Amino acid sequence: MAKMSLEDLRKLRGATQSEIKKRETEGKTVQVIVGMGTCGIAAGAKDTLDAFVKELNEKGMGGDVIIRQTGCMGLCQNEPTVEVVMKDMPNIIYGRVDAKVAKQIVEKHIMKKELLNEQILDRPAGDILKK
Amino acid sequence: MAYNHFILVCGGTGCESSNADGIYNNLIAEAKAAGVLDKVQIVKTGCFGFCEKGPIVKVLPEDSFYVEVKPEDAKEIINEQIVKGREVPRLLYNKEKRSTESVEEIQFYQKQLRIVLRNCGVINPENIEEYIARDGYLALEKALFEMTPQQIVDEVKLSGLRGRGGAGFPTGMKWEAGLKAPGDVKYVVCNADEGDPGAYMDRSTIEGDPHSVIESMIICGKTIGAHKGFVYIRAEYPLAVDRLKIALQQARDNGLLGNNILGSGFDFDIEIRLGAGAFVCGEETALLRSIEGSRGMPTPKPPFPAQAGLWGKPTIINNVETWANIPVILTKGANWFNKIGTADSKGTKVFALTGKVQNSGLVEVPMGTTLREIIFEIGGGIKGGKKFKGVQTGGPSGGIITEESLDTPIDFGALTKLGSMMGSGGMIVMDEDDCVIDVSKFYMEFCVDESCGKCSPCRIGTRQIYALLDKISKGNGTMEDLDKMKEIGFAMQKSSLCALGQSAPNPTLSTIRKFENEYIAHIKDHKCASGKCKHLVQFVINDKCIGCGACARKCPATCITGEKKSKHLIDQAKCLKCGECFKTCKFGAIDKI
Repeated sequence: MAKMSLEDLRKLRGATQSEIKKRETEGKTVQVIVGMGTCGIAAGAKDTLDAFVKELNEKGMGGDVIIRQTGCMGLCQNEPTVEVVMKDMPNIIYGRVDAKVAKQIVEKHIMKKELLNEQILDRPAGDILKK
Repeated sequence: MAYNHFILVCGGTGCESSNADGIYNNLIAEAKAAGVLDKVQIVKTGCFGFCEKGPIVKVLPEDSFYVEVKPEDAKEIINEQIVKGREVPRLLYNKEKRSTESVEEIQFYQKQLRIVLRNCGVINPENIEEYIARDGYLALEKALFEMTPQQIVDEVKLSGLRGRGGAGFPTGMKWEAGLKAPGDVKYVVCNADEGDPGAYMDRSTIEGDPHSVIESMIICGKTIGAHKGFVYIRAEYPLAVDRLKIALQQARDNGLLGNNILGSGFDFDIEIRLGAGAFVCGEETALLRSIEGSRGMPTPKPPFPAQAGLWGKPTIINNVETWANIPVILTKGANWFNKIGTADSKGTKVFALTGKVQNSGLVEVPMGTTLREIIFEIGGGIKGGKKFKGVQTGGPSGGIITEESLDTPIDFGALTKLGSMMGSGGMIVMDEDDCVIDVSKFYMEFCVDESCGKCSPCRIGTRQIYALLDKISKGNGTMEDLDKMKEIGFAMQKSSLCALGQSAPNPTLSTIRKFENEYIAHIKDHKCASGKCKHLVQFVINDKCIGCGACARKCPATCITGEKKSKHLIDQAKCLKCGECFKTCKFGAIDKI
């Protein structure tokens, strides 16, 4: 990638921000966000991530769902944690997501728009920097 | 079929015990009765604290947050909200402001305030664009193109930010000293040598948001006129190191590191230095010696690193958490930042909440939050309904804080006054099953191992106090030993070269102050109430013994004897107190006294 100038940086920021906004408002894509800090990985987040990839491919939904990784959400007691963001559904954080739960998230939450019982966690905090 | 409402019932232990199950079942029954079971899905969720106001029920998508809900309320929730679309104001947490306001605005959630961890768990740390999209490198733009070095220093000073590594030195003053120090070669260093047992906020910050550290190091470089930075990070954090490497490369590829950053004419680059895991290398002067390639041992201050640091050049060294605050201070302004926190300490602090607490995890709260709020509301209280005994803040350098001080708003000054310290923010919660002598011994053993040996108060003092604690834990202590420990501890605090030795006696001294009775019980009665001090525990076979011999076969010291089908006997002189017999016996015939 070429080195950025100040202008390029501003352009990139604007472009990525509007890209994210577009994704949110049009709601075309489902995002599965897996917490991959040391705490998450130690609790098996890598298997969880693999399970999502496998499950979504088997269901032929690989193209509709973005699987992202992120750092520690602070809910270390309940790792691996997974946040699912999609249209017509509240943003939900699931805790203790192993391969089995991952499969259920795909089948229930993503495909049937149903929440999974006893697996949901509340958000740890309001994100104060959210606009 | 799609649901248009979701009802979340807290299924945490706390809420469960106040009949969350009844609410859950009633909600389902009422929904069925009202014929709306296909419109609303009712689920149980995990707990994230706030148990004091439980049971909690949350209705989505309205985000209605109901507290102290009773099973009888189920009917009203279903009939009003699900059928008619109206909230039940009576049960709302915030009754004055009838709320479709977001849950984020509810006071409890405000107890956590994420500045340092703003991007952790939100962005992909391996993708620079996600950081940039969340106003990443915006502060750098300001610093490079709009502000003079003096303005940056003034802004950081005005923010009131104090170093998060433990000592709490005002960051702005440090930077000013770096700016004023003469010389054309200067350095910027990030201290990511997080060594406190139980603390992992720096690791998580670098793993979750590495660019925030990189950005602020460049800003500091611009401010003081440095062109080279080092991140000193422990080799035990492989994931954090990997993510940092990726982030550094992405920053270089994008022209945010290297020559002529963003066309401003300013050059800066960062190198990683791996630490081998010595606790003392978290001490800044020892860390700098280690970067230079020497043995990691502290040097006397002054001169402070800002005057003569790496290779004798002016060096600004800050902790990961301190760095992560800087971009927010520049983008949102010092006057936004200094409204958060207390008069003594501004902003937030990240704590790694561990030990005997329900929800262990990373918690970021404004300075001035009380320990009770952190442990009992955010942390959900003590595991298994046990009694709270104390909380160790600041790891091996801090002290124990007990019940009566739980309501003190915590900041740097308040913790010092309580005989503990902020430290890096480890917070280990203890319950009634923990023995303070055992805990003090653990920390002192850690300090014996980690003392670099350069100065005698620390090298000899840690060993001597450890020996005395060991003696007491084995039931051989005397009352004079208590005075001796206090005397040695005081000498260490006053005469050790660096903070490691100065603070090493803190856990011991604070437990002697707060739990003298427990020490006396060990010394005079040879009793350890929690049973943690093995030597003070005896295993004795009682009359329930049927003589099966199971324990004797397990005993590694072969000290259990007896005829078949008659009561066995443990030879106390040979017993290792391993507890195997106690675990093995199926008849409750072994007493632990």
